[in-house]
Formats: sequence, structure tokens, C-alpha cells
Amino acid sequence: MASIAARRLAKELKEIQTEGCPVGINLVKADNFELWWFTIEVMGESQYKGEVYTLQFRFDGQYPISSPAVQFVVTEGRQAPIHPHVYSNGHICASILGNEWSPVLSVTAVCVTLQSMLASCKKKERPIDNDRYVRNAPDNPKKTQFHYDGKCCPALIAYSIMTDMGSAITDDTV
Amino acid sequence: MSSDYDYSDDDGDYYDEDMIDGTQDDYSDDDNMMDFGGDEDIKVPQKGKRKSYEVDYESLSQSAVEKLIAEDVEYIYSVCGVDESIASLLLRHSKWNKERLVEKYMDNPTSLLVAAGVTLPEPTSSPTQRSAPTSNNSSSRRTTRGASRLLTTFGGSGSKTKSPITSPTLTHYTPRSFKPKSSDPSDKFVCPICFDDAPSLRTLSLDCEHTFCSNCWAAYLASKIRDESEHAVKCMAEGCSLVCPDPFIRTVIGPSATSTEPGQEQENAKAWSHFQELLVRHYVASNKRLKFCPYPGCTNTVSCPSAADKSSLTTIVPTVSCGARGIGDQMTQSQSASGGSGGGGWGLAGKEHRFCFGCHVEADHRPVVCPVARMWLKKCRDDSETANWIKSNTKECSHCQSTIEKNGGCNHMTCKKCKHEFCWVCMGPWSEHGTAWYSCNRYDEKAGVDARDAQSRSRASLERYLHYYNRWANHEQSAKLSLDLYAKTEKKMEDMQITSSLTWIEVQFMKKAVEEVERCRMTLKWTYAMAYYLAKGNEKDLFEDNQRYALLLPSHSLIIHLRLHLRIPSDLEKAVEDLSELLEGPIEPENIPGLRQKVTDKTVYVQKRNEIVLEDTAKGFMEGRWKWNVVVEGFDEPEKVEY
Repeated sequence: MASIAARRLAKELKEIQTEGCPVGINLVKADNFELWWFTIEVMGESQYKGEVYTLQFRFDGQYPISSPAVQFVVTEGRQAPIHPHVYSNGHICASILGNEWSPVLSVTAVCVTLQSMLASCKKKERPIDNDRYVRNAPDNPKKTQFHYDGKCCPALIAYSIMTDMGSAITDDTV
Repeated sequence: MSSDYDYSDDDGDYYDEDMIDGTQDDYSDDDNMMDFGGDEDIKVPQKGKRKSYEVDYESLSQSAVEKLIAEDVEYIYSVCGVDESIASLLLRHSKWNKERLVEKYMDNPTSLLVAAGVTLPEPTSSPTQRSAPTSNNSSSRRTTRGASRLLTTFGGSGSKTKSPITSPTLTHYTPRSFKPKSSDPSDKFVCPICFDDAPSLRTLSLDCEHTFCSNCWAAYLASKIRDESEHAVKCMAEGCSLVCPDPFIRTVIGPSATSTEPGQEQENAKAWSHFQELLVRHYVASNKRLKFCPYPGCTNTVSCPSAADKSSLTTIVPTVSCGARGIGDQMTQSQSASGGSGGGGWGLAGKEHRFCFGCHVEADHRPVVCPVARMWLKKCRDDSETANWIKSNTKECSHCQSTIEKNGGCNHMTCKKCKHEFCWVCMGPWSEHGTAWYSCNRYDEKAGVDARDAQSRSRASLERYLHYYNRWANHEQSAKLSLDLYAKTEKKMEDMQITSSLTWIEVQFMKKAVEEVERCRMTLKWTYAMAYYLAKGNEKDLFEDNQRYALLLPSHSLIIHLRLHLRIPSDLEKAVEDLSELLEGPIEPENIPGLRQKVTDKTVYVQKRNEIVLEDTAKGFMEGRWKWNVVVEGFDEPEKVEY
């Protein structure tokens, strides 16, 4: 199984290196098949104009059958964007990272989706349950069972993801 | 062997039989006398007349449930004219509600097939369909597989879904596309998931034509089934809503599936068997007549139609058993584990898988019905310790009834709430005490007595609760210790074999006694919970129903009425304690025959008593004879009765 993950990631990395990332996304580091970093920037007019964020991907041996653990990096002077689906610890509530993950999605596809999630944001604010969630959040956002309650931003439907959420339940605290 | 022994063996036989399967309706029935070894086939628990406190139920193994599932699938197959694998998907989608499925199918087969993930939505009806871009995307990656192929598939599924409308029973819709694709050498396929492009790659897809290699499918299905317990696994492509039908899953991870990935075949086998279990679980969970055996590692199901409806839980206590015994690896499916052959497998390992079909509170809470048992346990959780503390540490203000704890100072109390001044010792008003700060010599004065009377009345309900609670908890505690008792008894039985001429089979009377004691304790325990909630109104009925007993009534206290009526006569209580004592006592070799006689007699006695209690209460529920002093779910509102 791990061989699938390695082969797949090697291929994805090669594609990134030869064809380059989509606009606004840049590979920071991919020294191994466990941890990759990207910078992500929203192009054009948006709430986040001129701001650069860092996305972290963690892969386990089950990738791509199971989703990677994706979050914004909030150390070393880096910040998570202020967004209704992004917690201040960098965790992201997006259904494609959870129950709507499909093995055909790739690292760049996730980056693009998250980029559009930021681009479509109308108002910079934290999730309503930010403090409560961050206090109890597990290290790995995949351990959180986000509840996607279907209040979608219209722009995100176009990308066929449902990212809106009401509350997050961490299974660490249960 | 003396005649005494013969006699007791017969006894042993009949109550043993009865305990196990409840078939015995007559003590003179001694057909099975020779089968003390327990080899008699008593697999069907409900043959013969059952007792009024028992419910009809049937234990089903996983394969038996699978058979039921197959019957349902067959039914949908014949009525709707769809392929069996599709019938299965439709049934799962409709939560196994056949009637509703057929109704919906006849109404609009296409929408049902789409909703169940059997067919793709028609592209014309939903132009923004989410899977469309993905399939275009993957088809472009698949280089030689052209759009024409895609079009035929869409056209094909369209016509297929329409055909059942015209002749629903004749056209059998068959999915055809998950057949392994031939690996044409010119067809250079790259799996979009693992990017493997080996020419030998086996590729598979559902009707949606989202093609991936078989290894990725296997890993994906195994992960969905084992990690997420998903029985309706959707296509791997993003946003595609097609569900993998069973034959497809079988092709990928079934017993005959091979894999080039090391270790994947074992994974597949585990996932495949888990998938079978998931289907059974889903079927059982969707069916009110069925419940899964809650014991760890047990895969049996119990069917109990009489307890399927929640309203029936006010009249019956559906205590059932799946027939298996033991836990985990030590589990046996034998229903006739009556301890004959070698006697192994009792205690925890031999514990019967008994549970209540109606609730989860406790395995066997007869004679009291589920809502009352639940209420009682909740009350005990909330109340017992607090109540105990209040009782021993506080008094109530004789004026405003506030609960007061005295944590120091003299006996001159001033209620914080109503400012009433009183004496802690006699509870009388302080005004009559003058300056006797530290001693009260007015304990018997009228004002003090009156105040204490009032107090004791307000305490009565607390006292009453504790009365029942303590007795309930006593049996609860004893039941918890029964495992110890089992172990000790087993040791004694071994000793007895050594010190006397009795055989292993002949010392079984000890085991039966222990089992009976445990059973009776359960009954007694729950009788106290029941008594606590029984309304006083029952007393009247008791007088009328049971003149004979009523004549014996020495007082009007509720518990005595109840006991007499239930004929628990402290008698069962006492007999059970006597029997426990016999079992716990030391065993002198020369007394063994006498002990055996005594224990056997007592066992039979308590067993009969216990049955009478259970029978009578069960009848009471059937006849609606029991009234409660509180609101109980499913029962009429209680009449206002002052306590």
C-alpha cells in the first residue's frame, strides 16, 4: 500500500516540477513523501489580496485512498488566513478533506480548491466556535470530525465541494 | 445409587431443561430424564407452551439473516424486475422497507435508481452534473477511450432505466460495465490514482466509466469497508454518485480476487467478510423485529416480533437469548450447554447471551417493564448517594422545610431562608427554650414532637426510596459477586468428586443451585424497583383479586401487600438466602448426600417461587393491573395519591 502512496506522490511531484504549480501556488518543500509545504496566494481582487499563506500536507501510507492531512502553517511567523472555515490553529473545515475526499483528487487539486475557497470569501472572520475548537483540537486535523452542514458559499458549489460548517467535533475530547 | 439420588437427578433434569429453553410446561414431563448430559437437541427454544413471562423469539445466525436478506432481494427481483445486485442496492437505499420500495419504484423507477446510486442521472435533466467534468477529464487521460464510448454509456443507461416503465417484470436490468476490461496493448491506460501504466494492469469501472486499476479499487473498497464501515461505497471519482454493487465488490475483493500487491489478499479477505457483516448489520438495524446480540464478538441476531412495537414494552418484558454462550474466543454456539459434558464453560465463559430486546439497561430486568426499569436506574444514578447523605447529615426547617446542614455551633438554629428559630435536638421552636444554649431538655414537649412528626413525614419519601434502594442494591451487589461464587462452587464440585463417590454429573446440582440463586436475585432485585413505583391503588385490587392473601394482611404497608400479592413472601427472599448459605458453607464429606438433597430441594423450591412471581407480574402487565405512582412512558397518567 505504501508503495502506491510513494509512486503516486513521486508522480505528482514530478508533474509539479516539470509543469509547475497553478498560478498563485508554489512548492516550498517536499523532501520526503510525508510532509509537503506550499505557499498559497489568492490572485486578483479578494479579501486576501497580497497575503501569502503556507499550506502543509501530511501523507500517510493510505494516500491517496485516504485524504492527506491538510492545514495552514501557523508557526515561524506564518499565519492562518482569517476565514469562516479556517481555525486559528490552521485547521480547515472543508468536506473534500473529509467525507468527500476522492482518490482522484491530487495535491494541486486541493490547493486550487482551497485557493478558491479563500477567493470566494466575502467577509474575513473566524469560525464561530473557533476558541472552543482550538482549545481541544487534536494535532492532526483528520482526527476531527467536522460537521458539514451544507450552508455553502455559492462559489464553492461550482467547485463541487461543500465546505460550510457549523460546529466541529473533535473525537479526542469524546 | 440410592433412590434419593434418582429422585434428585430427575429434579435436576427438569429444572435444568426448563432454565435453558423454557420448553417445560409440566413437571411430570420427564422425557429427557436420560439426557442429563445435555446432548439433547433443544435448539428451538419456543417449542411447546411458553410461560406468561416469556416472549416468543428466535435466534438467528449470521447466515440465517443472510438468507432473510436473500429472500427480500428475491422478492424485489421478482416484483420490480431488476437484477439481484440492483435489488440489493435498492433495498439498502430504502432501509429494507420492501413495500415502500415497490411503491416508489412503480411511481418513478428512474429517480429511485438514481437516488440509490444504481444509475447515473440523465445528463439532459441535470446539465451541471458534477461527475461530467471529471469523466471528461479522466477520459482525456485515458487517451484512446473516446467520447463516443462515453456517449454510448450514457445513452445505454438512459434506455435501460426507461425500459422497466414499459414492462417492469420482463426487463431485467443488468449492469454490464464492471466486467474487467480487456487490456488492449494499444490502449495505454494510466491509473489516475496510482499512476501505474503497466500493460498487465487490470482495470475496472462502474457504469460511469470512471476507470481505475484493480489494486486501487481493492485498496479503496477495503478502506471504505473496514475503516468507515460503509456498505454503500461510491465510485472513486470525485462527485460520482454510483454505488458499487455487490458483484463488483466481489470481483474486486471477493474470495476469488487476486492481487499483485503483497498482503492485499489478506486485507481483501478481511474486508470481504466485514462487508458481509455490514450488510447483515444494516439489515438488522433497519428491521424493528430484529436485534443484534450485544455480547462482544457475537454475530447472532434475535428475532422477536412481539417486542418490535415500542408500545408492547408496557405489557411484556422481552428477555431473550441468542443461544450462544461465553465471550470472545471462548464463545460457543451450543444451545444445550447444560453443563453435562465435562462441566467446562460456565462462569463468565459459559454465560448465556441473555439480553433485553426492548432496552439496554440490563440483560434481564424481569419482572419489571423496560420504562420502569430505565426510570429506576436513572433515579438511582442521580439520587442514591445524595439521598443517603441528606438523610444522615441534614434536617429540615420545621417552618419552611428547607434542608439544613448543621456544621457547628450550638443547638439554636436560625433558618437562613425563613429566619425561623428552632432547636436542632428537638426541632421545636427556640422561643420555648429560654437560655438553654447547649442542652435541650424539651425533647418530649408537644411542640417538639409535632415538629418532628412533620419532619418525619417529609422525610418519609426519602426513607421510602432508600428502603427500596438498599434492598435493590444488596441484590445487585450479590449478583456482582456471583462470578466469585461460580469459581468457588466449581472448586467445591471438584473437591466433592474427590471426597465422595459422586461423579461429575452428579455434582452438577451445585452449579444449578448457583444459577438459580443468581436468577432469583435478579427477580428480587427488580421487584424492589417495581414496588417503589407501584401506586397505592394497587392495594385495592389486591384485596379484590386475592382475598386469600388479603386476609393474611397484617398491615397496610405497601411493600407487604406487594410481596404477598406477588407471593414473594419474604419467603423467596429467605429461601434464596438459605440456599446461598448452603452453597457458601463448608462441605463435610459425610454430609454430602444430605447436602445434595437439601440443595436440590431448595433449588426446586426457589425456582418455583421465582416462577410464580414472574408469572404473576407478567399477567398483571398483560391485564394492565399495575398502576404507577409516577408518569411512566406508555402508561396512563397516575391518579393523584397522597403518600
